[in-house]
Amino acid sequence: MIEFKNVSKVFESNDKKIHALNDINIVVEKGDVFGVIGFSGAGKSTLIRTVNLLEYPTSGEVIIEGKNLAMLSEKELCEEKKNIGMIFQHFNLLNSKTVFDNVAMPLILSKKKKKEIEERVYEILRFVGLEDKAKNYPNQLSGGQKQRVGIARALATNPSILLCDEATSALDPQTTKSILNLLKKINEEYKITILIITHEMEVIKEICNRVAVMEEGRVIESGSVFDIFARPTTETTRNFVRSVVRDEVPESVYKMLKENEYTSRVFKIDFLGASSGQPLISRTAKKYQVDINVLFGNITELQGMPFGNLIVELIGDDVELERALQFICNQDVEVKEVSENGSHYGTHRASAMGYAIHG
Amino acid sequence: MEVTTELIVQALWDTLYMVSISLLFGSIIGIILGMLLVVTRKGHILENKLIFSIVNPIVNTFRSIPFIILLVAIIPFTRLIVGTSIGTTAAIVPLVLHIGPYMSRLVENSLLEVDDGIIEAAKAMGATPLQIIYRFLLPEAFPSLILSITTATIGLIGATAMAGAVGGGGLGDVAITYGYQRFSTITIFVTVIILVIIVQVVQSLGNILERKIRRV
Repeated sequence: MIEFKNVSKVFESNDKKIHALNDINIVVEKGDVFGVIGFSGAGKSTLIRTVNLLEYPTSGEVIIEGKNLAMLSEKELCEEKKNIGMIFQHFNLLNSKTVFDNVAMPLILSKKKKKEIEERVYEILRFVGLEDKAKNYPNQLSGGQKQRVGIARALATNPSILLCDEATSALDPQTTKSILNLLKKINEEYKITILIITHEMEVIKEICNRVAVMEEGRVIESGSVFDIFARPTTETTRNFVRSVVRDEVPESVYKMLKENEYTSRVFKIDFLGASSGQPLISRTAKKYQVDINVLFGNITELQGMPFGNLIVELIGDDVELERALQFICNQDVEVKEVSENGSHYGTHRASAMGYAIHG
Repeated sequence: MEVTTELIVQALWDTLYMVSISLLFGSIIGIILGMLLVVTRKGHILENKLIFSIVNPIVNTFRSIPFIILLVAIIPFTRLIVGTSIGTTAAIVPLVLHIGPYMSRLVENSLLEVDDGIIEAAKAMGATPLQIIYRFLLPEAFPSLILSITTATIGLIGATAMAGAVGGGGLGDVAITYGYQRFSTITIFVTVIILVIIVQVVQSLGNILERKIRRV
């Protein structure tokens, strides 16, 4: 468990004060995969460094498993750090040492017995799938393999917390996926709390259960990943969400609306969870005398639940169309009408729909 | 007095003697000072303004004194250390004081080449400052340190030529006293050839060793 209590960090250079962190309050629960997302310069790197005191907070406290590390002596701190593993964007492996020696390093520092070190290193290398690379040097490995070595090294001392500083930012999408899967496995099998810093919403979407969005040294939004994706309240967060799930209506839809006679209406249906498992579209089409034309779709999985939107065209007579719409609104989805004049959503149905959604 | 093969061999021996002994002590001083210059600087693992602001100007001072002047300027100090101020052994003291600070700058550069990320990783895993130096900085900088020592060795070979000023002997001394002062072109030629060969050998050894350590 990591608690940030009113954490602030001020850097002073040439009489200029830079507020890297501004009154941060976050609680990372035990077993969380907690993501912190923000653009570069948002202060997220500084934030993660206050956990293992690579940076000391100017004010406020960071409490790790009930302890404020800043109050410890140098020696106690070195000991406590063995409970916090860390991996880095550029891996930071020793090029002069083999994979084995790199992973063994934290154990050598703790003056463990040679036999114990060997057993542990091979055990952890097996876990990350690099047993056969023990005798290789880092410059003989690919980026993904290097990060696996980094992970093995971070886990060597059996920490309860793993800090990931842009751990996948230097990797290609495919390798990123495999590293994220490994992190997920670590979280599940070893019950290690993971704190991830990233600028990629994909990473948050893939493995985090909770997320905080940072901007200019402040946390502007935080909560469960599903809530943040479903109802982002700030423009920054909305932009991050859009990088994974596009939610704007494509130009082509407006164009089509302009050309069409008024025989059909276009709606945007937002799937925000459980209901998306149901065959909503086909059911509606079977039940009512309407034709449904899917114009655009974007559905992804979030925390094991479907998430995204469909833009559909309903074609039919007014009465039947209204009934079909009512049916859709009564499902666990959000519906908004896309109007032809480009104002995105029609307003005349909003109140009824709002009622349907919340009721 | 004729220039004999024996004389050349003795001179070669003197040169190698001066170079190897002063290289040994010079390296020790150079690595310690170079390390201090790195770890005590601002923001580094053992940031210490006092030590840095003492070591830095001392190194600069020694680096700014031309060797031929240093050689004679520290004669009393030389006598204090080795009991004599003339001869091959006496030349070693100024050679060490010359090459040590020179090497400290080379070592400083080598150590600064080590990626800050490595130090950050070391700190994150709870390494003490001494462990960071011994387990992280030195091994990572080792190939580069080998090249630094090679460069220093060649500088040292050049400096020994001036050791003749305090009766140090060596190839450079032979070239000056027999070749230059007695107009023996062949002597200059022979000594220069030998020096060129030594430098080539030293540089090649350094390169081979560095490549071997770096494994490329």
